Amino acid sequence: MKGALSLIVKIWKHPQGRVGLLIAGVLVFCAIFAPLIAPYDPYDVTARAEKGLSPSWQHPLGTTISTGQDIFSMLIYGARVSLMVGLITGILTALIGAVMGICAGYVGGLCDTLVMRVVDVMLVIPTLPLTIVLTNLFGKSYFMIIFIFVIFGWTGLARVIRAQVLVLKNSNYVKAAELSGAGRWHIMMRHILPGVSHLLIMNTALSSAGIMVAEAGLSFLGLGDPTAISWGKMLADAQSGGALLFGHWWWIVAPGIGIFLSVFSFMRIGLALEEIFNPRMKRAGAMHRLFRTLNNTYIQKVFAEMDEAEREEAREAAKEKGGAAV
Amino acid sequence: MNNHDKTLVKVENLKVHFPVKGGLPFTKKKFVKAVDGVSIEIHAGETFGLVGESGCGKSTLGNAILGMQKPTEGKIYFKDQDLNALPRKEFKDLRRGMQMIFQDPFSSLNPRFDVYHIIAEPMEIRGGMTDEEIRARVSELLHLVGLSDDDMPRYPSDFSGGQRQRIGIARAIALNPEFLVCDEPVSALDVSVHAQILNLLMDLQKELGITYLFISHNLAVVKDICSHVAVMYLGSMMETGETQKIFKRPMHPYTRSLLSAVLTVDVDNAPQRIILEGDIPSPINTPPGCPFSTRCPYAKEECKKSKPELTELEPGHFVACHFPMMD
Repeated sequence: MKGALSLIVKIWKHPQGRVGLLIAGVLVFCAIFAPLIAPYDPYDVTARAEKGLSPSWQHPLGTTISTGQDIFSMLIYGARVSLMVGLITGILTALIGAVMGICAGYVGGLCDTLVMRVVDVMLVIPTLPLTIVLTNLFGKSYFMIIFIFVIFGWTGLARVIRAQVLVLKNSNYVKAAELSGAGRWHIMMRHILPGVSHLLIMNTALSSAGIMVAEAGLSFLGLGDPTAISWGKMLADAQSGGALLFGHWWWIVAPGIGIFLSVFSFMRIGLALEEIFNPRMKRAGAMHRLFRTLNNTYIQKVFAEMDEAEREEAREAAKEKGGAAV
Repeated sequence: MNNHDKTLVKVENLKVHFPVKGGLPFTKKKFVKAVDGVSIEIHAGETFGLVGESGCGKSTLGNAILGMQKPTEGKIYFKDQDLNALPRKEFKDLRRGMQMIFQDPFSSLNPRFDVYHIIAEPMEIRGGMTDEEIRARVSELLHLVGLSDDDMPRYPSDFSGGQRQRIGIARAIALNPEFLVCDEPVSALDVSVHAQILNLLMDLQKELGITYLFISHNLAVVKDICSHVAVMYLGSMMETGETQKIFKRPMHPYTRSLLSAVLTVDVDNAPQRIILEGDIPSPINTPPGCPFSTRCPYAKEECKKSKPELTELEPGHFVACHFPMMD
């Protein structure tokens, strides 16, 4: 608990992290207190008289053309789905990735072979087409989307965790603990898990952002839960309801900004975390990082750079030692 | 230095072979013979030196004695009990009497733990102590190794190499071990700190009566602090015995060349360097005869065929050579 608090303080002190934390805070607040903030019931499709209104003081973002729902209220309720899907997937991914990675790395042997072969197979299966097929088979629900993203999302993380665990497992302080008679459980909880926790936290933030975009995309394609309100589905409604035809640009821009803000804030937090955990990380251009993140290559690069920094440190230490000896 | 004749650790014909990964199926499996038939006896209260060049199996031998590495063959006795024959629980209890001091003080302390938790960890693992007792013990240990109570909440990154090694020593002696394996405890430190750490180790030995297995490639240090010494080459013991006798009259050609490499202050009377030809053979394909036969300047036909046994050539001085240098 103390650690979590100090971590949040650290993110707050980071200029980019503060921006992310502020936006994410507002979004979370909206999501939790949506019924109190939203001026209308967004599920109410009976307001026939108020179809297709332009923004006004009564309806800050107007109403939908097809059913007359209040767009501002929909926007607020949409935060619930986006954040829920993103965060649950991110956290579950981190949990499964951690368990599998630690199993493979620390227990080793048959467990290692089994987990890593499964990872190899899972990594080559394209997630998005599979999601489309499975949602059609098993029904369109967010549970299904989360389930699929979790099942296929932990693989990359498990690999990274395994590599880190292998390093920690052979470290001398683990050896010392074993000499004092420490059991596997003690070593896992006291040495291994804290040693990979920074990877887990960072991965949760960054993968949550990625999942939010994916969820919006799926909802836009009509693969989300048809009864829920999400930003992706709002975009789909705007498209089918003829927002462009009538020039109701606010109907399109509003959910777009919602998606942008949620992804942006999580990305900021993730990037801030990464600089906190690894101060030597070079400050690459923000757009470049975003691009890499969306391509799913970013996190690997971060880990590679962290390894490099560690090695550099060791080399410098060795050099210092050599210099002193001379 | 009491009960000096009691054997604390006894290693009998120890072999540690690591299987080589890869290789075609159905071909003969290859092994790295890291330790290939070593026997030593370490008496209570003494410092036993283990020397040899890199890769000769010193550290593997140390690990095997601590039970961190399962031996392929051979037995290890600690306090007259066969370590590898004990049930898991008793093995753990017995092994608490053996601890290790690591070479690299930078990687042997968990950077996420503060000093208090690093030193308290062994006691927490063993259990049976209240928090106050542990705190008092940590404080006592810190004073014993020359640090103070103020250092408890600090992290390893706040300390220099020598100080970190002191923390590592405090952790190692936290459970009152009788036997400490020091795996090159000073070779990663600045030369100026060497003496401090060595003096600390010697003081602790005097106060607590701990037995050391001192693994090193620094012959000068070994000569100063060890009462017995063993010279290893390619996983085998070349020469062993009382330190003074070996340093005064080395009988194995390998020991001779090793000793000739020690730097001396007296430049005019420096001994003639004996420079060996060639490289160490791969521990996968060890020579069938004497391991040293490929590089020995005095090797004869017999050396290439049969492996010499350790024989006592003078009281307390064993040499494994067909043609020991008796001059």
